[in-house]
Amino acid sequence: MHRPAYMTMDAKTSPGRQDAGQTIAGAVGSPIPHDSAHLHVSGEAIYVDDIPERQDLLHLAVGMSARPHAKIRKMDLSAVRRAPGVVAVMTAADIPGENNCGPVIADDPIFAPGLVQYVGQSVFAVAAETVDQARKAAKLATIEYEDLEAILDPRAALAAGSFVLPSETITRGDSQAALADAKHRLQGSLNVGGQDQFYLEGQIATALPAEDGDLYLYSSTQHPGEVQHLVAAAIGKLSKDVVVECRRMGGAFGGKESQPALIACIAGLMADKTGRACKLRLDRDDDMIMTGKRHDFVIDYDVGFDATGRIEGIEFMFASRCGMSADLSGAINDRTMFHCDNAYYLENVSIVSHRCKTHTVSNTAFRGFGGPQGMFGIEYVVDEIARYLGKDPLEVRKKNFYGVGERDITPYQQKIRDNIIEEIVSAVEKSADYQERRKEIRAFNKESEILRRGIALTPVKFGISFTATHLNQAGALVHVYTDGTVHLNHGGTEMGQGLFTKVAQVVAEELQIDIDRIKIMASDTSKVPNASATAASSGSDINGKAAQAAAAKIKRRLIRFAAKHFAVPKDDIEFINNRVRIGAESISFEDLIKRAWFARISLSATGFYRTPKINYDRSTFSGRPFFYYAYGAAVSEVIIDTLTGENRILRVDILHDCGESLNPAIDMGQIEGGFSQGAGWLTSEELCWNSDGELTTHAPSTYKIPTCSDLPVDFRAKMFEAGRNREPTIYRSKAVGEPPLMLSLSVFHALRDAVASVGGDRCRPQLDAPATPESVLKAVTAMQAEGGSS
Amino acid sequence: MNADRHSQGALPDTICPPDTIRFVLDGELVEIRNPDPTRTVLQYLREDLRKIGTKEGCAEGDCGACTVAIAELDQSDSRLRVRAINSCIQFLPTLDGKELITVENLRRDDGSLHPVQEAMVDYHGSQCGFCTPGFIMSLFALYKNNAEPGRREIDDALAGNLCRCTGYRPIIEAAQEMYGYRVVKDSWLEEPFAANGKCGADEKKKVEVLKSATRSAMLSVDDGKRRFFSPRSVDELASLVETCPDAVILAGGTDVGLWVTKQHRELSTVVYTGNVEQLRELSVTKTHIDIGAAVSLSDAMLPIIEHYPEFEELFLRFASPPIRNAGTLGGNIANGSPIGDSMPALMVVDTTLVLRRGDQAREVSLSDFYLDYQKTVLEPGEFLERILVPLRPSDTQVQCYKVSKRFDQDISAVCGAYSLRRNGAGITDIRIAYGGLATVPKRAVHCEAALTGREWNEDTVRAGIEALDRDFSPITDMRSTAEYRRTICGNLLQRFYLDSSGNASSRVYDYGR
Repeated sequence: MHRPAYMTMDAKTSPGRQDAGQTIAGAVGSPIPHDSAHLHVSGEAIYVDDIPERQDLLHLAVGMSARPHAKIRKMDLSAVRRAPGVVAVMTAADIPGENNCGPVIADDPIFAPGLVQYVGQSVFAVAAETVDQARKAAKLATIEYEDLEAILDPRAALAAGSFVLPSETITRGDSQAALADAKHRLQGSLNVGGQDQFYLEGQIATALPAEDGDLYLYSSTQHPGEVQHLVAAAIGKLSKDVVVECRRMGGAFGGKESQPALIACIAGLMADKTGRACKLRLDRDDDMIMTGKRHDFVIDYDVGFDATGRIEGIEFMFASRCGMSADLSGAINDRTMFHCDNAYYLENVSIVSHRCKTHTVSNTAFRGFGGPQGMFGIEYVVDEIARYLGKDPLEVRKKNFYGVGERDITPYQQKIRDNIIEEIVSAVEKSADYQERRKEIRAFNKESEILRRGIALTPVKFGISFTATHLNQAGALVHVYTDGTVHLNHGGTEMGQGLFTKVAQVVAEELQIDIDRIKIMASDTSKVPNASATAASSGSDINGKAAQAAAAKIKRRLIRFAAKHFAVPKDDIEFINNRVRIGAESISFEDLIKRAWFARISLSATGFYRTPKINYDRSTFSGRPFFYYAYGAAVSEVIIDTLTGENRILRVDILHDCGESLNPAIDMGQIEGGFSQGAGWLTSEELCWNSDGELTTHAPSTYKIPTCSDLPVDFRAKMFEAGRNREPTIYRSKAVGEPPLMLSLSVFHALRDAVASVGGDRCRPQLDAPATPESVLKAVTAMQAEGGSS
Repeated sequence: MNADRHSQGALPDTICPPDTIRFVLDGELVEIRNPDPTRTVLQYLREDLRKIGTKEGCAEGDCGACTVAIAELDQSDSRLRVRAINSCIQFLPTLDGKELITVENLRRDDGSLHPVQEAMVDYHGSQCGFCTPGFIMSLFALYKNNAEPGRREIDDALAGNLCRCTGYRPIIEAAQEMYGYRVVKDSWLEEPFAANGKCGADEKKKVEVLKSATRSAMLSVDDGKRRFFSPRSVDELASLVETCPDAVILAGGTDVGLWVTKQHRELSTVVYTGNVEQLRELSVTKTHIDIGAAVSLSDAMLPIIEHYPEFEELFLRFASPPIRNAGTLGGNIANGSPIGDSMPALMVVDTTLVLRRGDQAREVSLSDFYLDYQKTVLEPGEFLERILVPLRPSDTQVQCYKVSKRFDQDISAVCGAYSLRRNGAGITDIRIAYGGLATVPKRAVHCEAALTGREWNEDTVRAGIEALDRDFSPITDMRSTAEYRRTICGNLLQRFYLDSSGNASSRVYDYGR
């Protein structure tokens, strides 16, 4: 039978492997399937809503604000209370502890305390015997509002000086002087839209009252520790009184980093109040209305450059829609500033970032975390320069790449030590046959009046580490049982990215036992405390290292024991392929474990990891926020219809650097999936608000993520084979969660290339993202008008 | 809920009580007396049975996480046919007489995986896994209906399933490779589609069970709060609708389902047309394609595409297979949404509707059917019985274009349809209809008047485009701005001109496929 390429490909040789013919199952570098794949396909994987329900379970629904900005004059909930099946109703006044679910700043109320600041804001919650009863009852409230002036977009917020956090600036060199002296200068303004995470499993939490007023919560969250802390504070208790567990999420993408706190706090508060188990599962529409998304941005730029297209000075102004509260917007907008260089050296630069407060839902983390919008800015500018000069954009991109050993300091003063951008770009330029195809497309466009094609190559350089240095830590807990099998806990969470599989591979490799000897346990705040969110692509980097440390600790104890027990030198003991070689003899791993237990050796250990070398001062925006960078490049070719703006991706070539991949199959899934998600962001996924501040795209019927037929006709994704992390990360792998998303910028620029063909050489079409058919047609029409007048 | 299960060996041979629905699940006949008429199949599975394999992603039939398969007797009553549907908007009593197949049913008795499941594991088709059960069931339906699907057929079969993790490449690969796995002998679930495949013993057994669950008299359910009637004949239906003019007529439920799941509306009386024999008839006469109002979109589109191949893209982009399998052409028309996709195309080919009240029937042109937003000429007690699509006159050029943000399973910003007859260069008859531009789908009468009698050339088209302004004043919404709609409306006429005058420009969607 035919087997997929992954299953027959030779796994990369890993440092732990001694004999390629005799290896454990699931070694590091082997392309094994996701640990839960067999459960996914049979419907047996348990998500929060699938956990058997307690007999006393109540279902919750949230009463939401109907106004974007208003005082609540009067709230009559008597009809809600009287509705069939209703057991309890809660408002801000009923919260025994803190009325806050904000992750960084306490500006996110669980229930609006008299003032509502977006349509969809939680005002009260109702608990009833069935889901249907709760949802129906929540609609019965009568709320009188006194409307206040609402600010509904970033431009309006800028004009009003409305911000959730202070504006920030990064400067280097003298951008003013460089702009004044530059031979050429361009200015412009761009719009890039937001994006809904659209995880398939909506937000959900179940809270179970335990003895002594404690709570046990199942939460679909990337950050169980934060849910634990915020729920405890809301019910007026301490962290020790609350346990949070999450075995898996049905997708998250950043949307379950801070957002689950609101859901879990409401479930926790209601369970605390009623003494009954409480589940809050949001309906899809409510989920999309109530919870945060990727920030949309307006970007102004002013760039000076020489005749070759090299940038001499640049000024950026970024203004993002943060929504009504700070949430994670500080770090997100910081990352925008850190990534508006992408792969380019900006010698004289000024980056201003405004974090706009709008009366819309508070925007939040989404794969890339502000980075994509920063990179959107610089890629657009580089493309502008090329079109202005009549050059191939790739030529101008190359002209501006960071150097090796020179031109290698970022605007935030980090020296780039691992630059492989030229290598990757050249490789994909060649394998994708970029130059030939570009010529062929030019020829096609000359002959084709209505359909036009375009091509673009864009690079990705993405900084890996939480920019908040203290978050770069992780813990793990490994137990070995007397039959030689293992329970593995770590602080990371599984949202489909395969983290649990990859960390289990690390432990299998370290202990040299087959992966099926290891049981991957749910993320649980009672096993690993104070874990950071599984975010910033850091999951396998930090949890892999922590788990490796725990396994290594046990292994060291076993070696010490075996050396003594068998009277051999320690360095003559070796773990290989489910066995332990002790001098000339070898015994099974299980046998050694039994003997160690009998000799009263501890078979359980914690592991801890903190990312080394990073050192960054946020007050000056300088230092080394990133341990290393991940790189990639993509060539996309598209076709557009100049009568309607409809468009299609024809071919995509990707080359992406995963370092030495822990699991090539899983990492390829991240590359392809990330690219596709990014392509959706830049093409069909459009968030619309009406003039009343209501989101009008709050369901899959109106919000269009890619489907099967949007996959490029010809899709060729490859890993950079020479990849190896220069830094001592876990088995020299590289983080792969977020970086591939930004490979999709090539799609946007290919579309822009196709649009530009309508206007002829040196035309610079204004194309807003997302490039919906409407947006493309608008740009085409403008090109036609320009072409007609010239 | 009064649910009784009977093993296959002990089928009741008495006539099924009229207040009890019967369907097959897990190989057993399930009977439920007076079920809640508007309980969805998904709620029944997840909440009543705690079968948690099937997921809720959106509760509106747009994401596919809830996909299940339905097996029912085909027209010959001797074979099974399998269709994927969205369980989240399907009302439980509509299962009557059918077999419900869920993701839990595919694993073998020995615990090993079904070929579809095995392929998805081997090709890394799942990441978070939440959409996966739905994909498995859509793939299963494909496996049972197509022996060797090409990329486009795979895309189409999966158009109703959203995956946010994988980017689809591995799922498409699994779909291509799932036919190469070992299958258990004599298991109907595992036999992939074969064009002239024989009816095996397993299938025969299933056919017999379904036959035993077929009823001849009307199903009439009353749970104390809500009533559900499933008449068997058009006369029964006519008398029901006449006596309860306020009853909600349920055809495929792909819109009515949302009234319950999203709007929390109370439907006190539901009359289901899905088992009315005459309404399920589909025939091609010498003059017409005659489509009963309860014929599914999947079935109705086949003869339409055969006679009007230009409409193929429209129908393949019409919602998704699970929606087309449940939804009916009659429902799409009678519901009267301004963005219903079938109507512009059917208007320009001069479709006629047969409306029925009591024992009176009348014919109305589809172009005259709509009065205003969700208002039609249907009178109280009257319903849509049949749709008569004329066979194509040999000298007519037709086209239809749909423009939306996404290719598959999206609602049109604008849908334009055209039909043209010429005498030499002169236009003798032109019909133009648009959806998405007004409160109802409608003909562009001013434009048609401006064009008729003139020569079919660029000047004429320009005049036609100008006249369109008098036909439509489009609005701005989340699908597009009014300005875009206005522009597209003219540009599509321009495209029709190009296509009909031998300058056919291929479409971006055809490119490279």
